[in-house]
Amino acid sequence: MAQIYAYIEHHDGVLDDTAMELVVAGKKIAAGPVTAIVTGSGIDAVASEAAKIYPEVIKIDTPALAYPNAEVIRKALVNILPSGAIVLLPHGPFGMDLGPGLSIKMDSSFASDIVDIEGTDGNLVKLIRQEFGGVVSVHVTSDISSGAVLCVRPGAMAPDESKSASGKITDKSGDAGDLSANRKFLEIVEPEAGDVDITKADVLVSIGRGIEDQENIGIAQELADAMGAVVSCSRPIVDAKWLEPARQVGTSGNTVKPKVYMACGISGSFQHLGGIKGGFIIAINKNPNAPIFQVANVGIVADILEFMPALTEKLQG
Amino acid sequence: MEPLVAPSNYYFLGFFPAVIFSLLIPAVGVGLFTYIMAKRFEPLYKAAPDHRLDNIPERIIRLFKFGIGQYKQPRYMLAGVLHIIIFAGFMILSIRSISLVVIGVSSDFVLPGFDGILGVVYNFIKDYAATAVFFAALVAAIRRGVYKPKRYAVPEKYGKDHTAEAVFVCGMIMTLMVSESLFEAAVIAHGMHHGFVAPLTLVWFFTLILKMVPQGGQQFFHILAYYIHDITFFTFLCFLPLGKHFHVITSLMNVFLMRLNTGNIKPVKYGISDEQLDDLKSFGVKNLEDFTWKHILDFYSCADCGRCSDQCPANLVGRPLSPRFISIKARDLLFNTYPLKSDAEIPEKKPLIGSIYTPDEIWSCTTCGACEQECPICIEYIDKIVDLRRGMVDDGEVPQTLQKPLQAIGKRGNPWGKMEKKRADWARDKEFAADCNVGLFENGDTFETLYFVDSISSYDDRMVGIAKSTAKILDAVGIDFGVLGKDEKDSGNEVRRFGEEMLFQDLKRHNTDMIAETGVKSIITSDPHALNALKNDYPEMKLPVEHISQVITRYVKSGDLKLKSVADNSKVYTYHDPCYLGRHNSIYDDPRDALDAIPGLRRVEMAKFRDRSLCCSGGGLMLFYEPEEEERMAVIRVKMAAEAGANVIVTACPFCLVNMEDAIKVAGLDGQVEAIDLAELVEQHIDK
Amino acid sequence: MEILVCVKRVPDTAENEIEMNSAGNDIERDDLVYSVNEWDNYAVEEAIQIVDKVGGSVTVVTVGDEDSDEILRREMAMGAEKGLLATDDAFSGSDCKGIATILKGVVAKGQYDLIMTGAQADEGYGAVGGMLAAMMDVPYASLVNKVDVQDGKLVIGREIQGGSQEMNEITLPCVLSIQTGINEPRYVGIRGIRKVSSVEIPELSASDLGVDAGSVGEAAAKVKKVDYFVPEKGEGAEMLEGSTDEIIEKLIEILKANGGLK
Repeated sequence: MAQIYAYIEHHDGVLDDTAMELVVAGKKIAAGPVTAIVTGSGIDAVASEAAKIYPEVIKIDTPALAYPNAEVIRKALVNILPSGAIVLLPHGPFGMDLGPGLSIKMDSSFASDIVDIEGTDGNLVKLIRQEFGGVVSVHVTSDISSGAVLCVRPGAMAPDESKSASGKITDKSGDAGDLSANRKFLEIVEPEAGDVDITKADVLVSIGRGIEDQENIGIAQELADAMGAVVSCSRPIVDAKWLEPARQVGTSGNTVKPKVYMACGISGSFQHLGGIKGGFIIAINKNPNAPIFQVANVGIVADILEFMPALTEKLQG
Repeated sequence: MEPLVAPSNYYFLGFFPAVIFSLLIPAVGVGLFTYIMAKRFEPLYKAAPDHRLDNIPERIIRLFKFGIGQYKQPRYMLAGVLHIIIFAGFMILSIRSISLVVIGVSSDFVLPGFDGILGVVYNFIKDYAATAVFFAALVAAIRRGVYKPKRYAVPEKYGKDHTAEAVFVCGMIMTLMVSESLFEAAVIAHGMHHGFVAPLTLVWFFTLILKMVPQGGQQFFHILAYYIHDITFFTFLCFLPLGKHFHVITSLMNVFLMRLNTGNIKPVKYGISDEQLDDLKSFGVKNLEDFTWKHILDFYSCADCGRCSDQCPANLVGRPLSPRFISIKARDLLFNTYPLKSDAEIPEKKPLIGSIYTPDEIWSCTTCGACEQECPICIEYIDKIVDLRRGMVDDGEVPQTLQKPLQAIGKRGNPWGKMEKKRADWARDKEFAADCNVGLFENGDTFETLYFVDSISSYDDRMVGIAKSTAKILDAVGIDFGVLGKDEKDSGNEVRRFGEEMLFQDLKRHNTDMIAETGVKSIITSDPHALNALKNDYPEMKLPVEHISQVITRYVKSGDLKLKSVADNSKVYTYHDPCYLGRHNSIYDDPRDALDAIPGLRRVEMAKFRDRSLCCSGGGLMLFYEPEEEERMAVIRVKMAAEAGANVIVTACPFCLVNMEDAIKVAGLDGQVEAIDLAELVEQHIDK
Repeated sequence: MEILVCVKRVPDTAENEIEMNSAGNDIERDDLVYSVNEWDNYAVEEAIQIVDKVGGSVTVVTVGDEDSDEILRREMAMGAEKGLLATDDAFSGSDCKGIATILKGVVAKGQYDLIMTGAQADEGYGAVGGMLAAMMDVPYASLVNKVDVQDGKLVIGREIQGGSQEMNEITLPCVLSIQTGINEPRYVGIRGIRKVSSVEIPELSASDLGVDAGSVGEAAAKVKKVDYFVPEKGEGAEMLEGSTDEIIEKLIEILKANGGLK
């Protein structure tokens, strides 16, 4: 079995949660140790954090990697990784940027948006993916005889939070080779306040008439902030001008495909449900007979005006 | 006593013959008028073809009803009565005006036939006419200039205020009346006329005054009045085609050439058959000249009275549409593009959308027909809106929210992209099927009548209730009916009205073929949009189409459908006229009769009903359009129902029901007001 | 600028109710309707808008069979000048790498400054663009939601977490995968498609493209679908019960498991 590597994303010196998930994913492929790869500039602290999760950590620390530019990191990885390596990436904007090209350069197989791994059978690793907005799942095999690049959906694996490892950090900055690139990072443009695109959000906290009053919109916003979610709504909320039309979900609003859709105080009209294409639906409603419970995956009978603040408080710890 | 010298024999300052003016003023006036009219004719000539000379007898009837008869004017009482007075006065005084022009040359001229008793009677009538017109114009001027009714206001985005023009024209009319009367009064005051002076007329009044004036003064006023009248008359004539008063010249013609049918939509191009559509280079209206000549005549004819916009639900809720300005903006562009002065700067030729119209303006229309119902001179709007939409569809400029449902209709025959095979699932629902067995043509069975369900009542969880109730009613009265199931596609009523003509043609062809295959003799539907499309937009399908409300009433009247007393006496019902049942198909009484057939049912009318019914914001694709608006039409409507004292809104259209039920929640009237479809209500009251 | 946009024919999620077949190993495919992959459609619109601004032409290509003709015509009705259909029995069953290999052959037959793909497809891995770029040794950017043409290069925006936009400068030629929402694709009606119905669409086989048949198709595919299944799920929603605290505990677990917490 080839060596398994996990690429560690980090932001502002803090490890991404996927660091704790990829180690689990790696173990599902094979029992051996999983090696973390940390790249960046001035990343000793991050590498030490990774060493609490992984038995081995490879560090590539150079100013050229100050911003995670996929093209540059690909070059470094190709130089450092042995042929036949299995590389795990978080499936996200960075993994999508890096993974496919890396698999070509490593001459290995590639699969993305993996939600589960069922183990390895000879040269084939058995993966589970979702299609059609999560309506159906698919068993996929990936031939890892010459290695693989596998992008794992963040949140799909139960994280290993034990932080019980005391990994060895190896600095391979010197082996990274030529790190020039044809793609140059310029800047990050933050979204303008009020300029939301709910169709792009992974998680939506969506409110309906159950919010009752404009003053209560803040309750939803606080919950969304705590969850890292975006607030969306049903038509009556937009009609009442409590939220801007850009936040409306439904046939007359936006069609959304989030990972999780939390419908708070939304009864679930035909027009509204028509705007939700896929995703895990959590419904919270006072009325146990609300139609939303027919389509939701998980339902909670509660007054959102009491439940949402309680959840927020819990999340904020 | 010196006789009064007539204008034809008068010499200014003793040597200059006035008759020169009598000849010159009409010559210049008529010449200028002819020139202006020729210029105005140019765009009509360049415009797209239109077919307006069919069914002449009906056209003559319409001319007398809406034109001469001013049938729609009293819908706005004060303005309408003022207009009728001025219009009738003009009709009467036109004879006098023509003879006056000739009198300027030949003082003894009398129109043939007017030298006897007819002339005496005419003079008597026209004196009162002139007086009535004078006062009507005075009231109109005060109304427009001082009270300024809101209806005439011009929002900044639509251009400049037109009050000055309106008041100026009232002034001109009054001047004409005064000068004509003064001219005549001078003769009478001078004692040269021994006929009867109609009391309390302007002539009578001026006669009294001029009698106190010395003879020289009478002569002065006689000549002055004549030439003021002459100049004003021809100025007025040439002024008419320069603005909203063009209607004085065009409106009778416009009424004669009006659209005789309602409910249907004009072909993409008159003279081009559906099969030839593929050969057309461009679809719809993109530039001014793409409008038909009749539509350009409409623009010329618009009197800017604002009644259309006053009734327009889109305008009411603050959408960026005001039908009045669809006309006025196009008229102004016509005037600028075809200027009277040869050295005038012609605006750069740009597509209408993006220059005078915005896409949202054109998509905002629900095609409810309230504007056309109201227009006193029968100007058309829906065809123009649809033509403009056809142009946008042709250029791919369709709002994103509408693209999905259009594509889904193309692929699956319904705007939600639901599967064809599930179209009749409502009929297979176990609980319902145990009670009522709905026949399916798709199983190869045959039936006498087709129940055309259409998309929303087939698929929407709530609206399938209408389909079920309709089926139960048909069952109860013993009609042998079936449904098409997977072979039925959307009727395409809105597809056509949203400008996607080719998709509509496909739907029409499909449904027409499928219906023909069934061999049915008649069609019944519970969806007024389907009713309208099948009846008015499917010319190849010759079968009779009825709405369920008509069926109910027919069977109630024949005694074959018995209804039991209303269950809850605390309920007060009101009926909301769906646009495609009422205005477009004139079915107002059947649904009301059906309601009144339920013993003990208390029914009230809302402030707006029958042909003034307020659109609920539209059906079909309109459900998917995201308008810019301040309030929802249906919210205004449910509040109106509550104000009328009703707690149940009965409608007869699935889309109205969707909008009403939503609006009740938005308006916070949950538990106070409810909405139900007529078919559902009747079905609940069937006395088995 | 000469732009090649790679498009794909897929079952349209908006117009299909995806259900399992009776054997329970695949989705029911009899009643599916297909259309162009939504992301690809945004890519074509973007390409047309770029050409409108700076000149050039747009070519659309797909790897598929004769059924794919309709989506090429649809995109040509939008304004793509040429359509190319890469079709060969040897292509069937290709994985992403196989498709990228075929497309590399297509690219080599033309002179393209810019190659675009959709960021992903409902049935896909979001990988073809990145693989193609790596094979061609040209730069690549994924999830692009803004393109600004400059002299010999592009300034592009990428969609990253939290609605932020990562701005990059990228040299030409390059490959971009386009994210939805970058523009508002124009409507294509039946009429538009009929207008281009007689335009010839060249068909390109493996030999036309100089593609080794052994490097593509099912035999070369390293990633394969085995079967479809529906994860166990009860009737309606699973109702969480208990005290508010207990419910919240459970809910947080569920949120975490489904990616609902960041």
